[in-house]
Amino acid sequence: MSFINYASREINCKIVYYGPGLCGKTTNLQYVYQKTAPEAKGKMISLATETERTLFFDFLPLALGEIRGFKTRFHLYTVPGQVFYDASRKLILKGVDGVVFVADSQEERLDANIESMENLKVNLEEQGYQLEKIPFVIQYNKQDLPNTTSVEELRNLLNPDSVPEFQACATTGEGVFETLKAVAKLILIDMKKGAG
Amino acid sequence: MFGSQSSLVMYDEEFRRINSVIEKLLREANSKVIFLVDKNGQLIAAVGETEHLDTTSLASLTAGNIAATGGLAKLIGEKEFSILFHEGEKDNLHLSIVAGRVILVVIFDQRSSLGLVRLRVKKATDELSVIFEDLARKSESPDRGGMPSPFAEITDDDIDNLFS
Repeated sequence: MSFINYASREINCKIVYYGPGLCGKTTNLQYVYQKTAPEAKGKMISLATETERTLFFDFLPLALGEIRGFKTRFHLYTVPGQVFYDASRKLILKGVDGVVFVADSQEERLDANIESMENLKVNLEEQGYQLEKIPFVIQYNKQDLPNTTSVEELRNLLNPDSVPEFQACATTGEGVFETLKAVAKLILIDMKKGAG
Repeated sequence: MFGSQSSLVMYDEEFRRINSVIEKLLREANSKVIFLVDKNGQLIAAVGETEHLDTTSLASLTAGNIAATGGLAKLIGEKEFSILFHEGEKDNLHLSIVAGRVILVVIFDQRSSLGLVRLRVKKATDELSVIFEDLARKSESPDRGGMPSPFAEITDDDIDNLFS
C-alpha cells in the first residue's frame, strides 16, 4: 500500500523479498546497500539471530529520484525464510506494493522453493491480495553454484505466469539491481494504471 | 473504512492540521519527540528533537513492533493492544494506535511522566482521529480532494528515466 504525500511531495512504496530459508534475500539487500550512494539510502536494519538468520525482517530505505516533482522512495523488506517463522512473514506482507521471490537454484532446495512459493500465495490471499495481480518478479539466485536445477525447470515449476525473471548471484551482485529495478518499475506502472 | 489495498494519501491541509495537533501534544505532554507512522511503517509526521534521530528506521521498527504485538493480541483473543509502553533508563517510548491505522509515538524523559503522557495522548488521539477520517473521505472522493494523482500524467519515459 503506497503512501502519496502531497505535503512533502513524496511517494513511498514497499517491496518485500520472499523465498525459502538461506536463499539470499538478506544478501540481496546487503548488496543493494553496499552499492548505493550514501545520500540515496538510509540505515539498513537487520533483526537477525546470533547466527545471522533473519528473525523478523531486514529493512532498507532507498530513494530513487524524482518523478514529476515527487521524490520516489522504496522501502525494501525481507521476510524470515525459515518455515516456522510464518506468523512474522504474514505481518511483513501487510501493505506490500511489490514482491520479489528469491529462489535458491540448488537442486536440493527445489522443494523448499515450491513450498515457499505456495506459502507466499496463501499469505497474500490472507491479506486480500492475489499474487497474479500485484507487481511480482522472480530471481533465480545462486547461479554460480555447480549443483543447480536448470533455469527451464525452475521456470516451469515457479513461473507459470511468465513474470519477469532474473538469474543472479547475490554475493557478487549479478542480477541484484536488475531484479530490483524490474519490480520498482512494475510498481510505478501499476500505480499509474490505478490513477488513470 | 480503509480497504487493504487503498493507498494512504496526505494533503497539505490535513498535514498542517496533524502537525498542529502533535506540536501541541509535544508541549502539553512535556515530551521530546513525537511522530506519526502509518501501520505499514511509512513516516507521516515528526516534531520535536528529531535532528539526531533516524526517523525512517524508527518508523519501520515501530510498525514492526505494533504488528508483532498485534499478532500476539490475536493469539490470545484480543483485537489489538492499543497502547504499548517501553521504559528505558533515560528515555521512554509510548506507542498508541490512532483511528485503527496510524501509530502515535511519544518519546519522553524524566521531565514528564507516563500519567501525563497517557492523559494528553488520549485527547490528541480524538483530534487526530477526526483528521484521519476527513483524510479517508477526501482521498476516496472521485476528485481526490481536487489534487490530481502524480501518476495521472507520468509517461513510461518518466519511469524509465528513474532507472537510467
